[in-house]
Parts: sequence; C-alpha cells; structure tokens
Amino acid sequence: MVLEKDVKMLEKNNIIVTTLEKIWNWGRAHSFWPLSYGCNCCPIELMASGAARFDIARYGYEVFRASPRQADLLIVAGPVTVKMKPVVQRVYAQMPEPKWVLAMGNCAISGGPFKDGYSVLPGCDTFLPVDVYVPGCPPRPEALFNGLLELKAKVLGQR
Amino acid sequence: MRGAETFFIDLARLIVTWLEKQGMSPLVADIVLLVIQFICIAAIVTVNIIILIWLERKISGFIQQRLGPNRLGPWGIFQTIADAIKLLTKEDIIPSQTDKIIFRTAPIVFIVISLMLYVVIPFGDGMAIVDLNMGVLYFISVGSLGTIALLMAGWGSNNKWSLLGAMRAVAQMISYEIPLAFSLLGVIMIAGSLKMSDIIAAQNNVWFVFLQPVAFITYFIAATAELNRGPFDMPEAEQELTAGAYTEYSGMRWALFFLAEYTNLFAVSAMAAVMFFGGWQGPWLPSWLWLPIKAYIIMLVFFWLKWTLPRIRMDHLMSFSWKVLIPVTLVNLVVTGCVLQFFK
Repeated sequence: MVLEKDVKMLEKNNIIVTTLEKIWNWGRAHSFWPLSYGCNCCPIELMASGAARFDIARYGYEVFRASPRQADLLIVAGPVTVKMKPVVQRVYAQMPEPKWVLAMGNCAISGGPFKDGYSVLPGCDTFLPVDVYVPGCPPRPEALFNGLLELKAKVLGQR
Repeated sequence: MRGAETFFIDLARLIVTWLEKQGMSPLVADIVLLVIQFICIAAIVTVNIIILIWLERKISGFIQQRLGPNRLGPWGIFQTIADAIKLLTKEDIIPSQTDKIIFRTAPIVFIVISLMLYVVIPFGDGMAIVDLNMGVLYFISVGSLGTIALLMAGWGSNNKWSLLGAMRAVAQMISYEIPLAFSLLGVIMIAGSLKMSDIIAAQNNVWFVFLQPVAFITYFIAATAELNRGPFDMPEAEQELTAGAYTEYSGMRWALFFLAEYTNLFAVSAMAAVMFFGGWQGPWLPSWLWLPIKAYIIMLVFFWLKWTLPRIRMDHLMSFSWKVLIPVTLVNLVVTGCVLQFFK
C-alpha cells in the first residue's frame, strides 16, 4: 500500500505519480469513435450533430467508423426488431474492448411507440449493456452531446 | 545564420568525431550515425503525423463551416494524442479465419515501406541520408511497393470487403503508376540526372513547375491516387466497402496503416517540392525549414482537394489514367525533348 505521505514527498521532489489507468482513461474518454445503428429519425439528428450547426467534432467524437473493429461506442438510435437482434449482437461482439453502448431515443430505450409490437424488442438493454440513455423522440443533438459528456465523465471515473 | 544553416550537419559531424575518439572504427561510427538518423526520422514522422491529423481534422472542419476539435487544449491540439493513447490500449483482435502471418505482417510492411521513402528525401542542403545517384527511380519503385502491403491486408483478412478494397488498390496502382513515372521524366530530362541534389541544383534560376506545368498537374493527380486520398480513395471507400482493406484491423494495427498513409503523404509532398518547387532552396530561412514549409503547403492542397471533391468511380479513374493522363504525359515528354534539342 502506497501511503499518501510518500506520494506527497515525491511531489515535493518534482516527481508526479499517477496510475496508467488514469492516462488510458483520459485517452479513451476523449476519443469515442462511434458506430451508428439506426432507423430513421434519430440518425437524422445524429447527422445534424455532425454538421455545421452543432458539430460533434468539437469534442473529438466525429470519427464515425463504418467497421466495428475500429469503433469504441455503439450508438443504438432506433428500435431493435427480433430479426435485427442477432445482427446488433454480432456487431457489438465484433467491437474491440473497451467498448460502450449509448441508447439514443425512446425506441432504443424502451421500444417507444412500438413496444407492444410482436416484432420489436422493448429496448436494446434487453440484450446489450447500455451505459448511457438519451431519451427523446428524437433527442436533439444537444441531448446527444450531454449523453456523450456523461459517458465521458463515467469513463474518467467521475461518477 | 550560417550556424543555423549547417546546424544538423555540424551535429552529425560532431557525433562521428566523438564516436571515433571513443575508439570506434569509422565504419562502426557511420553505422551508429545511420541508426541515430533512423531514430530521428521515426521521431520526426511520428510528431509530424500527430500534427497532420489534427490539421486535417481542423481544416476539414473549416471547409465544412465547422470548428473542428477544440475542447482538448488550445485549438484542440491534444486531440490526436488522446486518440493515439486510446488506439494503443485497444484490444488487438485477430479473427480466427485470417491468414495469421500475412495479417500480422501487412501493417509492418506498409509502415516500413513508407519509412524507406525518407532515405532519399533531402531535408536540407546536403541533408539527405543517402544521396543516391538514382534517387527518383528509388522513390518511385519503393513508393509503389505499398500496394503489396494493401493486397496482403486484403487477402490475409479473409473478408470480402477487404479483398475488394485490395483489388481496387492494385487496379488503381496499375493505372496511376505509369503517368506518375512519365510526369517525372520531363523534369529528369531537363535536369539531366536522377540524383535529388542535381535536380535541386538545376532549379537555381527557375522552378520546374514553370517549365513543366503539365507534368506537375499530372504528377499531382497521380500522387493523389497513390496516396489513396480523396477523390481517389476507392480502396478505403467507407460507404461501399466498410473500411476497404482495413476492415478487419483494430487498435494499433489499424493505426499503423493510418500512420503509414500520412507518412506517405509527407514523403510524396516533399518529393513534389523537390521536383517542382526547388526543394530546400529559398531566401532568408535555413534550408531545412524551407522543405517542410513547401511540403506543408502542398499537403494543404491535398487536404483541400479531399474535403472538396466527391469520390469518383473506379472505372472512371482507370479510364482517365489510361486515356488522358498517359497520352498527356507522353506528349509532354515529346515536346520537352524537342525543345531541349532545339535550344541545345
């Protein structure tokens, strides 16, 4: 067990002590590369968040990768049907660790207006470990950014 | 000013004399110096790429009326560092059905080839690592080897998108490599040498871009295709092929490909500066600042093209290369030869 006293003493000698996890988490928290999945209206907001007025690139999260191998964050922006479930599961499995899931919009959170349908799952958290929920129908880009910043705080260990 | 001009050459000489004083033979001292030069180039390339990626993201933002990364540090300059840390610590996935050896060596081959290009680039007056007497030929032939690495990546991944991307890279290479070589031939005819230092010395009075404007334009188009950059980024067409030849690569293996592409970008831009814009020649500033300045200006034009033009179709590029670029470069060669003969 490293004592606080020892750390203080090192700091006096101009030696900064940190854990590697802190640096890694700093890197990870500031560069989520999203992989998007969606149906119709939430992806439109997703596109708007990438465009000039809102600009997701300010936070450095604009690198949308088409290949799950290079993505860190799965943005589920739409209802997941029974038929689509194995595909989403497979895409999630193809992403390399560490990976996160953001449920965007009411359909992804609970099935939304389709939740009573025979073919629609009541939310993607029935089979995916969702980290952040962004409610709305569809949520505005600001709401998505707030969700991303919440996820950043989570990765940094601030909550 | 004299001291600044020869700073790096003096430094190298100092190191060699110091090593020889330690009792090393001149040969060993030279080898040690080569190793130091390689480490310097690797460091320059890495720092350069971190700046370039940040610059590209910023400039793409400005072109699209956005701000670009601006949260991490002033103007977002730490953004690329965060990305690099994340990529270094990602899981390294090697799918079970891949050809393991080829899959693993492809990124290494790609980055090694792109680093090999830097051997002949004269960074300043007398600052090429090796001033080969066939430097241009070396540059063209080594530069075209990168396609093999892409083919290895596509084949080894055992993925249809990867293979399609690799096939496209090869088809593209066949069509752009010939006009690329032909466009440089005009410059070589005027300079009368394949040696980089001779070519730069021949541009004492006038830059070759004014004597060979057609050759410069064809070189620029062919070089854009060689770099797999937009509008010719068919091997990595995200909308059609997921990520082309890189589809199955994750984490640092993918980052190596990315690194190599930007390494190539700087090498090709420096080559354009050497062949058409007088290399390290320039007033006031030391020569080893002029080449990076010219290369960066050329790279900005590459960025500008990429973020302005839409991707063209594969067969359009091929027919454009075969039916337009090759005849144009051939006519340029004939005219250059006639004029040289006439004014001899």
